[in-house]
Amino acid sequence: MNKRTREPLIHITKRGELRWYQAWAIRGGAILLALIFAGVITTLLTGENPVRVYAAIWKGSFGSTRKLWVLGQNIAILLCVALAVTPAFRMRCWNLGGDGQMLAGGLATAACMILLGDKIPNALLICLMIVTSIIAGAIWAFIPAFFKARFNTNETLFTLMMNYIAIQLVAYFIVVWEVPKGAGQIGIINQSTNAGWLPQIGPSKYLLNMIVVALLTVAMYLYLNYSKHGYEIAVVGESERTARYVGIKVDRVIIRTMLLSGAICGLAGMLLVGGTDHTLTTTITGSRGFTAVMVSWLGKFNPVWMIFTSFLLVFLGKGGSEIATNFGLSSSFGDILTGIILFFIIGSEFFITYRINFRKAAEKED
Amino acid sequence: MFDFISFIPRAIMQGTPLLFGSTGETLTEKSGNLNLGIPGIMYVGAISGVVGAFYYEQAGAPSPFLAVLIPMLCSIVGSLLMGLLYCFLTVTLRANQNVTGLALTTFGVGVGNFFGGSLIKLSGLPVPAIVLAKTSSYFSASVGSSSDNWFSKLFLSYGFLAYLAVIIALVASFILKRTRTGLHLRAVGESPNTADAAGVNVARYKYVATCTGSMIAGLGGLYYIMDYTKGVWSSDAFGDRGWLAIALVIFTVWRPNVGVLASFLFGGLYILHMYIPSGMNLAVKELYKMLPYVVTTIVLVITSMRNKRENQPPASLGLPYFREER
Repeated sequence: MNKRTREPLIHITKRGELRWYQAWAIRGGAILLALIFAGVITTLLTGENPVRVYAAIWKGSFGSTRKLWVLGQNIAILLCVALAVTPAFRMRCWNLGGDGQMLAGGLATAACMILLGDKIPNALLICLMIVTSIIAGAIWAFIPAFFKARFNTNETLFTLMMNYIAIQLVAYFIVVWEVPKGAGQIGIINQSTNAGWLPQIGPSKYLLNMIVVALLTVAMYLYLNYSKHGYEIAVVGESERTARYVGIKVDRVIIRTMLLSGAICGLAGMLLVGGTDHTLTTTITGSRGFTAVMVSWLGKFNPVWMIFTSFLLVFLGKGGSEIATNFGLSSSFGDILTGIILFFIIGSEFFITYRINFRKAAEKED
Repeated sequence: MFDFISFIPRAIMQGTPLLFGSTGETLTEKSGNLNLGIPGIMYVGAISGVVGAFYYEQAGAPSPFLAVLIPMLCSIVGSLLMGLLYCFLTVTLRANQNVTGLALTTFGVGVGNFFGGSLIKLSGLPVPAIVLAKTSSYFSASVGSSSDNWFSKLFLSYGFLAYLAVIIALVASFILKRTRTGLHLRAVGESPNTADAAGVNVARYKYVATCTGSMIAGLGGLYYIMDYTKGVWSSDAFGDRGWLAIALVIFTVWRPNVGVLASFLFGGLYILHMYIPSGMNLAVKELYKMLPYVVTTIVLVITSMRNKRENQPPASLGLPYFREER
């Protein structure tokens, strides 16, 4: 061994399991860095005092009682979609079709409200809305799931396409139902009779949605961690071969989980159309299906952490638009801020999973 | 009678941004990176070109040559930076590709609309748009003579970027299929472990393929603004074409040369609703717009059902590569 091979400067190895607080310290550090970076960018672009920039971000979410309710509502819907896609993700099945499944649910809800409003009792109508929206969302997820299970069709691309099919379907029905003719929009459905509007609990129409989603979060946590189904999902996600070996019917698990995923997305669509917006547009979902992917991933597919991550993303979005209105910038500023923070957090995951060994350190260990 | 002579050129012009996007994405996916940031990258490519052109026009735009070169360089640099960001996160830091891609799209669309909005304010026009008539006139100047026969209308009536798109697609196809570099690239996408063992630098191939792909896709955004819309930028104008470009990759089963015709077909499907006599029933037009996506899903299902080896996505598509992982 006279000729030594040159050792590379950096050697990367996988870490053992980090303690949860260490992992979250790294993530927290990344968020802090990102906030500082975002503040610097904003200051450079606007020439504003950074303190005022951060104050504006804060005010965007906590500025008034109304803003607080809107914050709660946005978190609730985003969290709902994130909860929906999480079981599929745990199975390593990338359901990017949250938007399409929400729209399918919303479309079913709107159909019930428009076609059956005033014809049947309100309670029955609402029950019907819930059932049809869940079925519609589930169908929208079933189509890609079936082909994934049967022919191993790429579900990422399939669900992505299903989004746009849903958008055009909604666009079609908007023209069919438009009020008045030629307006290109439906407007508020059943404004005079409030038929099919979900009942208002407490001081705000947003409270009901928040309660529903809170219950859903608990249910999903229990489902994923303490039920047989949840265990099967985890096994399929870890290794399909192992799952098959221990006798889990993989295709059945895939279809079942995707049905659940679509059903909850459909419910989220119902909450939007029936609960708060009372109308249907092609952009009603606000790309939450995509944002939910990030919420779920950032929260490590854990429903409890996801409450925090969905708060973070909604908070930043609101902060960004508050900055935009305050300092006269384009409203897309929120997207840029969100993007920056996401890049930092995505990058920080590396330091949680891997350890970097420099050449000297490696020699010492020998 | 269906007016083919006016339909086909419009379909081709509509398809050209998709061709850029899908060629770029095919190169990227062949290296095993599923870059869902393409829509964002195309936005950035478009806005970087617009920014470059805007300031050059403010300076008077004296030279036609520079008026074309500056926006193109800006566009390429802008999308290259996005590609580098994606590669750094997914290849060097091994992050999840779906999440990174979606974040990149959010960011890119935000950057596009933000700087677009700021420029709209600077230009001070009464309409919420930027008009770059002078630069656009150089980009969209048709290559051939402007005679009125059907041949020159069908084949010679486009700006030079449209021909560039076709050339790039054919070259990409040749490189992928017939050269050693292409073979290595496909090996990286199919089985990075094997490629690594054979001495191929996996990370470098992924970086180069993804960044080249991003630059090509960015040109699609530039073409759309400078040629298709005649130099008019307005917020969200680019729409969902980026996703359509990703759909096109599947539709062409990862072959850029097929993409040339397929993109024109998609362009045709995209504008078919304007040519179909639907009478007063506007709603049906919305269903026609569904066609490209429906066709894509059908192709996706059929290729997976037939399960032919050469029509499958690259085997390691979407997976990060770490040498020490088994």
